[in-house]
Amino acid sequence: MHRSLDSNNLRDALKYSAQMLSELRTSRLSPHKYYELYMRAFDELRKLEMFFKEEVQRGFSVIDLYELVQHAGNILPRLYLLCTVGSVYIKSKEAPAKDVLKDLVEMCRGIQHPVRGLFLRSYLSQVSRDKLPDIGSEYEGDADSVVESVEFVLQNFTEMNKLWVRMQHQGPVREKEKREKERSELRDLVGKNLHVLSQIEGVDLDMYKETVLPRILEQVVNCKDEIAQYYLMDCTIQVFPDEYHLQTLETLLGAFPQLQPTVDIKTVLSRLMERLSNYAASSTEVLPEFLQVEAFAKLSNAIGKVVEAQVDMPVVGAISLYVSLLTFTLRVHPDRLDYVDQVLGACAKKLIGKAKLEDSKATKQIVALLSAPLEKYNDIVTALKLSNYPRVMDHLDAGTNKVMAVVIIQSIMKNMTCISTADKVEALFELIKGLIKDMDETPVDELDEEDFKEEQNSVARLIHMLHNDDPEEMLKIICTVRKHFLLGGPRRLPFTVPPLVFSALKLVRRLQGQDGDVTGEEVSVTPKKIFQILHQTIEALSIIPSPELALRLYLQCAEAANDCDLEPVAYEFFTQAFILYEEEVADSKAQVTAIHLIIGTLQRMNIFGVENRDTLTHKSTGYSAKLLKKPDQCRAVYACAHLFWVDDQDGIKDGERVLLCLKRALRIANAAQQMANVTRGSSGSVALFVEILNKYLYFFEKGNLQITSAAIQGLVELIMNELQSDNMTSDPSADTFLASTLRYIQFQKQKGGAMGEKYEQIKVAKV
Amino acid sequence: MVLVLALGDLHIPHRATELPAKFKSMLVPGKSSTSYAPEISVSSGPFKFKEVHDYLKSLCPDMHITRGEYDEDLRYPETKTLTIGQFKLGLCHGHQVIPWGDLDSLAMLQRELDVDILVTGHTHQFKAYKHEGGVVINPGSATGAYSSVTYDVNPSFVLMDIDGLRVVVYVYELIDGEVKVDKIDFKKTATQSTH
Repeated sequence: MHRSLDSNNLRDALKYSAQMLSELRTSRLSPHKYYELYMRAFDELRKLEMFFKEEVQRGFSVIDLYELVQHAGNILPRLYLLCTVGSVYIKSKEAPAKDVLKDLVEMCRGIQHPVRGLFLRSYLSQVSRDKLPDIGSEYEGDADSVVESVEFVLQNFTEMNKLWVRMQHQGPVREKEKREKERSELRDLVGKNLHVLSQIEGVDLDMYKETVLPRILEQVVNCKDEIAQYYLMDCTIQVFPDEYHLQTLETLLGAFPQLQPTVDIKTVLSRLMERLSNYAASSTEVLPEFLQVEAFAKLSNAIGKVVEAQVDMPVVGAISLYVSLLTFTLRVHPDRLDYVDQVLGACAKKLIGKAKLEDSKATKQIVALLSAPLEKYNDIVTALKLSNYPRVMDHLDAGTNKVMAVVIIQSIMKNMTCISTADKVEALFELIKGLIKDMDETPVDELDEEDFKEEQNSVARLIHMLHNDDPEEMLKIICTVRKHFLLGGPRRLPFTVPPLVFSALKLVRRLQGQDGDVTGEEVSVTPKKIFQILHQTIEALSIIPSPELALRLYLQCAEAANDCDLEPVAYEFFTQAFILYEEEVADSKAQVTAIHLIIGTLQRMNIFGVENRDTLTHKSTGYSAKLLKKPDQCRAVYACAHLFWVDDQDGIKDGERVLLCLKRALRIANAAQQMANVTRGSSGSVALFVEILNKYLYFFEKGNLQITSAAIQGLVELIMNELQSDNMTSDPSADTFLASTLRYIQFQKQKGGAMGEKYEQIKVAKV
Repeated sequence: MVLVLALGDLHIPHRATELPAKFKSMLVPGKSSTSYAPEISVSSGPFKFKEVHDYLKSLCPDMHITRGEYDEDLRYPETKTLTIGQFKLGLCHGHQVIPWGDLDSLAMLQRELDVDILVTGHTHQFKAYKHEGGVVINPGSATGAYSSVTYDVNPSFVLMDIDGLRVVVYVYELIDGEVKVDKIDFKKTATQSTH
């Protein structure tokens, strides 16, 4: 063939090219191999076309050439040659392009073999692509020429698709799977036509709406082929502009329910929504268009229909559709919370009867669905308005539900969102109930201890985000939280009760500050009332039992009650703390800390009358002296001395009893030494004595007349003697403590003034 | 020169959500003109929350913690002493020292621990008090947590710049959303200590 082309021999050229093209008549090749053969033939035909063009330039009539090629013996080579000449014919402009095209597309009907026909038409499509009469193109004819072009492409498309679909029936049944795969690879040959259509300038919105889209959809629906339907719907969505889709949404969506039930509609629909979402995000100017065509309602409707029609669609598919719709809604209608809720509602409806989801993919989609509004609004308060939100969340398995609850709490923390009403708190607790109480029968010991701690700690932190300046509403919030927390069971209460108690104590303090302002008004929220609630709340903690924590909280309340001038309330809290100490705090170390906290708190109380105060101080000293270890006893007892000497208060300066406490401490220190002598054969450290010496100095400085310089001097001498005794255990830290104490005495002596004078009376050896 | 961060009484999550963002932005690893990277941090007081613990640890790996009144964790000691340069530091939350926040009683503890600087807490109120033997510093509550002792707690913490015999104490306090800085100088006389 090449030789005849080089020698300008038209007749031979036609003969040999027809022979070459006869190769394409084969039925033995797989689509894949056939494609390769076609590509080689295509290259040859390019050369032939060049040759024809030159022939025409040399004066050969193109019309004659068009006739001449029709003499080829076989139909397939004849049609390939005809298309090739046709291309030259159009370029020569000797006949209107539309007539030639029409002739060619009609003639191609002659090949009905799927593979051969498909490729022939593909060839026609390829050679005609740049010659379609279009607005502004050189082949533009009369007004109808665009219509004719579109008609040509649509016709070729329709025929190609039919051939493509029929391909599945060619060949043995057992190779069907392989063949379908190969067929799928040829889809772009068909799709090319849609691409060509989208490139035609003359296809405006009207024409797309009236002609192009309905014709494409008609073919898509009628071909009843899963592969073709999926591909062509997707292709249509991808090649045509977004605004066309928006304006023809109803028509486009109307096709979906008519597709084969096995078509993966959700992916196609999701892509459509994704495109539209991006389009909406591209410019605020396009947003009115969305409203005008009621895009949300249409999409929502279509999804509803698809979900309803495809009963076998896996749950994950349906949910992913709702995720896409929600993304679309949040982009296009961020202000329409009702739409967002509607999407969630539709999803919840689909999930009804499904109980908990086991499918991890579906779970992931639900988490995506629930996270989207949080990310969009950055404000949980908005999400709390979505009535369907908890309904969807209920379908998550316990583990994921908790994860989602933690995400919600984190969102609140990150944005520092204040939850300001009891109703909102109620709604929020509905969402995070998985963290608040046991939801199912998951055995507690199966839970990871660390995870549990972390979850509960995040719940605890959350409490500080629940706030209202109005005491009445704040109390409602506290009661709501309390109601939920008390259902939490023994493992949660130690985490959840303390923040609640402190939140209530903050409210008490606020009311305390307002006392003066509200007189005369009807006050419904009083510290007294809050203390009652606190009492019951902490009680729940003491029952579990978590006595040490409860004891601390009781003491906090006692101090707050003290500041509110509520003596009976403060006394009651102290009583509770003592009861816990007596009955529940058993560990000796815990007792030491607890008794110090009791003494420390009691020392600060100033509302107790003589009688109440006596009872409580008496108890404190009694328990101090009953601690297990002597040194602990001694330290607690000398700490009690402070209960009888309070600097700021005129009433409490009982020097006598201070001295009694210190003497008692000394006796215990002695006893400790003797015990050490008996058990270890050596005296214990003098540390306790030095500590007591410091306490003597403290009260001496404070002006307690019972503490005399002589007593201090005596105590220093006693310590010195102890240190010189032979069987003394050496204790460097006690030695340093003594040294620094003696240094301190020296320092005070040198200070001069009243203090220096006071200290002058103490005679101690210099160290 | 050593920069020591002292903070305490966080009470997270019982009484507060987290450290103020303004503080966090000041305290970042790696030094710059607006942030500080302390080499040592000392904390006293309730320290339940792991996240905060990890945050401070990342800020400053050499971390020393003593036990607060709500720490059940026996891992933290009641008191702790450490030597930084020429200074001896003592750490104690303070609920053990009765009356709470009483400077004379804290001075007694300082004599007992034989330290130049005693870092303490519990009252949630910043205090720096020089006396015969050294300084008592209460960095306050870094979260501004509720306290039965102090009303209207402002979040605060302390950075100590220890250089030779001199320590400069910087106090950072968050007042109405603004960080106020105060500076206290303290010099130790070389003869003063026998250790």
